[in-house]
Amino acid sequence: MEHIETTDVLVIGGGLAGERCAIEAVSAGQDVVILSVVPPRRSHSCAAQGGMQAALGNCIKAGGDSPDVHFLDTVRGSDWGADQEVARMFAEEAPIAARELAHMGVPWTRVRPGMNRYFIKGQRVEIDEPAEKAGLIMHRDFGGTAKWRACYAAAGTGHALLYAVDSQVVRLGIDVRDRMEVVALIHEGGRCWGAVARCLRTGRHRAFLARATVIATGGFGRIYGQYTTNATINEGTGASVALDTGIVPLGNMEAIQFHPTVLVPSGILITEGCRGDGGYLLDKNMQRFMVEAEPDKQELASRDVVSRHMMQCMKDGRGVDTPAGQHLWLDLRHLGEKHLTTKLREVWDICRDFVGLNPAKDLIPVRPTQHYSMGGVRVNKDGHAYGMAGLFAAGEAACWDMHGFNRLGGNSLAETIVAGRIVGRSVAKFAAGSSLSVNTALALSCVKDAERRAGDWLGRSGSGPGVYAIRDAIAETMIKRVGIFRDGNELEQAVAELKQSLARVDQAVLRSKVPGMNPELSFALRLKGMARLALVTAMGALARTESRGAHFRRDYPLRDDAGWLNRTLVRWPRDAAEPSFSYEPVGLIDLPPGHRGYGSAERIEMTVPITAYNDRVADGQNAQGRQASDEPIGSRMKWGEH
Amino acid sequence: MASESAQKRRHLRFEIFRYNPEDQESTPQLQSFELDETPYMSLFLALNQIREKQDPSLQFDFACRSAICGSCAMMVNGRPSLACRTLTEDLPELIRLHPLPAFALIGDLSVDTGTWFRAMNERVGAWIHEQQAFDPNAREEPMNDDLAQAIYEGDRCIECGCCVAGCGIANIQPEFYGAAGLNRIARFMMDPRDKREAGDWFEVVSSDEGVFACVGLMACHDICPKELPLLEVHAYLRRRMLVSRIR
Ligand code: SF4
Ligand code: SF4
Ligand code: FES
Repeated sequence: MEHIETTDVLVIGGGLAGERCAIEAVSAGQDVVILSVVPPRRSHSCAAQGGMQAALGNCIKAGGDSPDVHFLDTVRGSDWGADQEVARMFAEEAPIAARELAHMGVPWTRVRPGMNRYFIKGQRVEIDEPAEKAGLIMHRDFGGTAKWRACYAAAGTGHALLYAVDSQVVRLGIDVRDRMEVVALIHEGGRCWGAVARCLRTGRHRAFLARATVIATGGFGRIYGQYTTNATINEGTGASVALDTGIVPLGNMEAIQFHPTVLVPSGILITEGCRGDGGYLLDKNMQRFMVEAEPDKQELASRDVVSRHMMQCMKDGRGVDTPAGQHLWLDLRHLGEKHLTTKLREVWDICRDFVGLNPAKDLIPVRPTQHYSMGGVRVNKDGHAYGMAGLFAAGEAACWDMHGFNRLGGNSLAETIVAGRIVGRSVAKFAAGSSLSVNTALALSCVKDAERRAGDWLGRSGSGPGVYAIRDAIAETMIKRVGIFRDGNELEQAVAELKQSLARVDQAVLRSKVPGMNPELSFALRLKGMARLALVTAMGALARTESRGAHFRRDYPLRDDAGWLNRTLVRWPRDAAEPSFSYEPVGLIDLPPGHRGYGSAERIEMTVPITAYNDRVADGQNAQGRQASDEPIGSRMKWGEH
Repeated sequence: MASESAQKRRHLRFEIFRYNPEDQESTPQLQSFELDETPYMSLFLALNQIREKQDPSLQFDFACRSAICGSCAMMVNGRPSLACRTLTEDLPELIRLHPLPAFALIGDLSVDTGTWFRAMNERVGAWIHEQQAFDPNAREEPMNDDLAQAIYEGDRCIECGCCVAGCGIANIQPEFYGAAGLNRIARFMMDPRDKREAGDWFEVVSSDEGVFACVGLMACHDICPKELPLLEVHAYLRRRMLVSRIR
């Protein structure tokens, strides 16, 4: 049947998480097909710049680092929203992942023995790196970490990782179908059997049946339109098709990261490695405002905290006004041309190519911009989606959930590889232990449904709104009302506007009906999903009456561990007009909630003892549809050993 | 920071190659569009404006829009270029856009570089050929940082295809690895983790598809948007091959 193909494991998304997962499954003897909207080396993983966190502890400033310290930093960074068991598993495996990448050929920057010059908190410092560490993987400083931990390859770390991992995919001969976009999951009775994809060369649909399916489609930053660092392809397809099942919940969709340093006006990321290597943030009077705001961490507080200080600074009239809006300055001049053209080479190129600046001489105009989705398809610690056997998710598309309400810089690259390894193992195991027992009629009817949806778009006529106008309306709502500073009135307004936008999707009309992939139709087919993701993000933010990590409410400025030490789950039951929200405990607590060491120290304390909270975790998560795991909950925790 | 020319508003005229192989009524032709220039307007912005406001059927590829993913290479006034980092202010008022030659056309400005590069990577064996399996309990092998940087330099290729499109040989000899393929070979050849020996390499490099097919006029070197030192790569490979021939 030309409309149906079968495989053992279907991986949706050809970025780092998906490919690393595929490698794991293939190595365990499973047949894998990877579907990707772009050739895999063009995935957004390639745009990660500054580094990958892994506690190898190889340079002097990384001395005393360990997975324990990495775990603590990650939980503090998450503002206690993370699942601490997952954060623990992650931190333990990250050093292995970094070394595995070295084995695959990543040209990590290495320790140079002898005197090295660094910039630390505004001071030029000379440090003697000992000969016995010569040539080991080097680290740089990043925000919110107690140690230098980010392993890096200049400012092209994501690129280097993606090429190394994809080289293994090529070597293993894994079947990658590029320009294939998943439009629906095939599922029945809480069991997923693959997906329907639309070919972006021909516009034709096809079903891929599999015993296990992995969503690894990255984030959904494009619901913020142009106000994001994300690639044009980060439209949240994976989260959308999961939400469309009506069964699988998305976790913490309101947890949206804004990166502090994004180039104005082009919206291109400038890595945190700039500040890690000693760069400053300046206001229009050339004042380092972060030194007053965060005397201890300065520019290297966590991203949510730095972004808020930057926004406040601009609100206080200390920003630089331009026709493209306000911005602040990133100052790298003191790092010198040699450093800038080697260790920060990609930043040098971006400044030269997109704004005609020389960072050795010029200040760089930056402002916070949407960057990362902490939320996503809610999975258990094996990466298995709640409520849907045979469906897995990994990387930014998943809410695993090691980031809670704020991801630390460098933890995303690390997550892709670590989750790829761990989830890949459980995917392979699941696939090996099950057989494909699905009626092809189900697959064919899913293909028919998808064809009918495309046909509906092509059949509509009249004077309805265009798809790009709706996209722009959603983006304006998101950036204005679901941004860095949120409050109840704005969020209510946002929800109202997004409901309107969602309703308008059904009235929208295509301007072009050309056969083939038809770029306008391709976009139209994503639009409803994007509108729904935007709406559940805004509704989740409205419901969460506290401030935690990147979710900051002016009307509820404190973190509330008495009322909100939980994870938001949202489902959109089939044919329901509205999504439904519920909450589960964040997970077992090892490190008790406290002050992060940066940002506000004030908070509302827990009212139940931690033991009582922990006692309820398993029941609370099971009630929400968590899949059973081979290991009991808590088996990876190291209680109180740090 | 805003340059003078960006402030002056120009009226731009585009001539864009159009052909949709999936549409039986489509024939290859040039289509004209007009657009008002805005400050820092890149071809990413310009093409999206044209598609969204003038002709929604226009096909082209962008992903990162920051010159790192390699999706958007096209012929800009006859020169292979990354469209996302090409600013209109650096171009004349008439901008002609064609798809890259040497790659299969998907539609309009969109070409199939993905298939070409996957095949090339398979043929040159573009992965580390190590001898030992990964040991999760072992410390990483040390590497001199200068060597790591040299490998990174070659690793920076984003497989955009500009060098292939601009190469006279690659255009007439589809099997030729192109400058990108030769660069890939050199990158693994200099990496001590790759245990291939001179003899293994000789077969890859000295074949008709390899370095001796190249005529060395170095169009590729001038074209590469990532400024890879392709001149040095060619010299390095020829040197290595001559040495291994003499042995
Ligand atoms: S030197 Fe000339 S022939 Fe050789 S790869 Fe470059 S462009 Fe092609
Ligand atoms: S060598 Fe340069 S021009 Fe050729 S594919 Fe790589 S980045 Fe593009
Ligand atoms: S869009 Fe990625 S290189 Fe141009």
